[in-house]
Amino acid sequence: MQLTLWTYEGPPHIGAMRIAASMTDLHYVLHSPQGDTYADLLFTMIGRSRKRPPVTYTTFQARDLGGDTAQLFQDSVNNAYQRFKPKAMIVGASCTAELIQDDPGGLARALTLPIPVIPLELPSYQKKENWGASETLYHIVRGLVAVDKSISAQQYQENRIASKQEGQKPTCNILGPTALGFRNRDDVQEIRGLLESMGIEVRVVAPLNASVSDLAKIPAADFNVSLYPEISQLTCTWLNKTFGQPFTKIIPIGTKATKAFIEEVARLANLNPESTLANQEERAHWYAKSVDSTYLTDKRVFIFGDASHVIAAAKVAAEEIGFKVVGLGTYSREFAREVREAAKLYDVEALITDDYLGVEQKVSELAPDLVLGTQMERHIAKRLGIPCAVISAPVHVQDFPARYSPQMGFEGANVLFDTWIHPLMMGLEEHLIMMFRDDFEFSAKAAPSHLGHAAPPESSQAKTSQISVASPSPIKINAGEAISSSVDSLWAADAEKELGKIPFFVRGKARRNTEKFAVEHGISHITIETLYDAKAHYGR
Amino acid sequence: MVELPQDHLNKSGKSIPIYKERGQREVFCGLTGIIWLHRKIQDAFFLVVGSRTCAHLVQSAAGVMIFAEPRFATAIIDDRDLAGLADAHEELDRVVKALLARRPDIKMLFLVGSCPSEVIKLDLSRAAQRLSKEFVSKCRILSYSGSGIETTFTQGEDACLASLINDTPKQVAEKDKNLLIVGCLPDVVEDQFKRLFTELGIENVSFFPPKNSQQSIEIHGNTQYLLAQPFLAETARLIEERGAKRIAAPFPFGIEGTTAWLKAAAHLWGITSEHFEGVTQGKIERAKKSLARYLPALENKTISFFPDSQLEIPLARFLSRECGMRVLEIGTPYLHKQHLECELDLLPEGSKIVEGQDLERQLDRCRADQPDIVVCGLGLANPLEAEGITTKWSIELVFSPVHGYEQAADLAELFARPLNRSMKLVA
Repeated sequence: MQLTLWTYEGPPHIGAMRIAASMTDLHYVLHSPQGDTYADLLFTMIGRSRKRPPVTYTTFQARDLGGDTAQLFQDSVNNAYQRFKPKAMIVGASCTAELIQDDPGGLARALTLPIPVIPLELPSYQKKENWGASETLYHIVRGLVAVDKSISAQQYQENRIASKQEGQKPTCNILGPTALGFRNRDDVQEIRGLLESMGIEVRVVAPLNASVSDLAKIPAADFNVSLYPEISQLTCTWLNKTFGQPFTKIIPIGTKATKAFIEEVARLANLNPESTLANQEERAHWYAKSVDSTYLTDKRVFIFGDASHVIAAAKVAAEEIGFKVVGLGTYSREFAREVREAAKLYDVEALITDDYLGVEQKVSELAPDLVLGTQMERHIAKRLGIPCAVISAPVHVQDFPARYSPQMGFEGANVLFDTWIHPLMMGLEEHLIMMFRDDFEFSAKAAPSHLGHAAPPESSQAKTSQISVASPSPIKINAGEAISSSVDSLWAADAEKELGKIPFFVRGKARRNTEKFAVEHGISHITIETLYDAKAHYGR
Repeated sequence: MVELPQDHLNKSGKSIPIYKERGQREVFCGLTGIIWLHRKIQDAFFLVVGSRTCAHLVQSAAGVMIFAEPRFATAIIDDRDLAGLADAHEELDRVVKALLARRPDIKMLFLVGSCPSEVIKLDLSRAAQRLSKEFVSKCRILSYSGSGIETTFTQGEDACLASLINDTPKQVAEKDKNLLIVGCLPDVVEDQFKRLFTELGIENVSFFPPKNSQQSIEIHGNTQYLLAQPFLAETARLIEERGAKRIAAPFPFGIEGTTAWLKAAAHLWGITSEHFEGVTQGKIERAKKSLARYLPALENKTISFFPDSQLEIPLARFLSRECGMRVLEIGTPYLHKQHLECELDLLPEGSKIVEGQDLERQLDRCRADQPDIVVCGLGLANPLEAEGITTKWSIELVFSPVHGYEQAADLAELFARPLNRSMKLVA
């Protein structure tokens, strides 16, 4: 059992539902108890969809458990087919139905419907949402794309090249965007525009807004753009193995990554990237370079989310905005290796966990100036009084905005710059607060005034150290408490007061540095002198 | 499309037939009750014992608010628990201890059962007893089921309150007569009712559930209780087991409902009708004046209810009798005939009541009826709006102060607002 305040991903059948809801003529029959229809409102409310997701639930109740739930499932499949006349169907079980073991795949097959019916095995007690989505996309593509086994992948590729007519554009598919994906709608528009501006024809975008017959056309394209590896990598790998279609590995988030993506795509499409690269207006790059952004240098940032967005965000933070990445991690265990590799670039150890409490503890230990994370990190940041911006799912309704707001491509880079800088206190205010602490309006405890709030965040340093004490494991808690109280008595009263003069957003770092300095130098009583010795030792 | 039989026509009160439907149900499970219960009982924590689906449900519903310290969580069952590799009870004990160490301020912990925990027959009541012994005097530990297979939406509150009653020591009957108001009410409504009862001269009034876990609950042979909510079947049964008697009344929605509800208690306390009218008349006049503002938007408009909270019948009664609306279909997830007897008597003749749900067929009927406004859950609301049908999302009715005189107009406004809005956005 795992104690979970917040979960980063839903169960795997939500992933399957995201694939079904992305497509236009696919239906999903889900064996599940009454109440699991809550998932509909993820799509209708959070995603503000105009239509119900194409999902029929068996919604069994306790009284049904004594009876024939298998029959109930078969009736639901039949009714769903009669009513919705889909072009293909997927069937599966939710976590509770998995326990009663009715075998949806076998039951649906026995009905011999005149359409492809694809069974899903999604182990709810081991796997999660993204895995479910990835697996579902893979099985649907495998189930709906015709494969001639007598032809090798290489022959497929040669046939594609041979059948190409003079002057015909290179072609690709965009794979991975889904309903409820973080900014997927606008990313697709941005990347599609970019590809088309390069002279590449986009054949199939899937699963978002794709039909069953669209999927069958996937193998005809020259290559695949794997936009969200968490969803599309498995499918792209299979397409590569089966049809010889190469796929992109670079996620075009940030100016640099977008340029690298353009070069990668150009290579796959046999095009020259130079004209595309020359034509871009790199506004985010200029904004970061402009002197107003100097104060952003080395601001300490903690990054958490799905693997792709975390790796991309770290690169943007460190190389394009000039932050210092002090921590990064992901809940995508499937991509732990990639995230560990990325973490090495910043000389930090990757935090691979789906345990919200573990992330909370890490953030409170690091006391960063900015958290880039998911909706869940917003809870943590609120508690710790740290500015926060959202870079990855899970997200809530406010992160499915009406306005155009991609994360990818050059416009995506502009969006990132604005979004990440916004929660930070602006330069002039930061200077003035360092100089004058006791202003009745702009106090050091106050939230940045451009955010328009009068109430101070709950982030006095005292509170922060309490928080690091409140770790999830009771044993650690007691140990932490002991250390913490002995550490507190280290501080002379006047030194503690001097520490209070340091603005709150760097106070945590100053306290930690000073205590570390004291421990390393065998100092048992921290005075004002120790504080400044430490400052001199570590720099600002 | 399959029509319902038409034998409700010309029927009224108890003779209105209740059509029963079975099929796909688009409703919440009882876990959702946590969203408002955790705010009502301020020192309580709700620990769902379930799957990732359960955790996902609760956070999808509540997670739009940013919590520094949420008062609910999930102990997610994993495959080790299912395979019997880990002793589920030991695991649960470990999780509860970790939780209580993190949150020493918690005075009451609810272990909330879910579909998976019910199907694998994890005995949470035994776990609660065991843990209660360990944390005695620090934290009360109770259990109830909010599973979808057993409970629908507001029935989660019923199950929660029932567990509280079960945990309250039995009391001797020799105490003085008291009045207990049962069902979660917003604080402002509770205070209004308290003042009203005081003015009427009923002094010994308490509300259940209390705002914090340490408040004692008075239930014994001399207790009379009034249900403030129509979905409290099990809670009422347990209260009656302790000798308390239910005061039959309609529910306090709208002016008529509130008056009848108060009057039922006043009658038992021997309060004269002169005094009753003296206390209520001014409030009734004020509520009428306030309500009148919304009548033009509502009068003669048609409305249908999808099943959701069991509030549907009292609300249909209020909207038809006090707001002049025409009710086409009243869907309800479950209908407790005894508790709703007074409500059924007040429904307009020929009311069409459907207990249970077969979603697609109900949607067919709704599309054929084309009501001016449809009360439905959030899974259906936007899709129906996209089809051009105005909706009122039903969950808000559980989350808003809607009981009593002062809220009668607010309640009407909840239905007038979407209608006004669709007029506004068209123009």
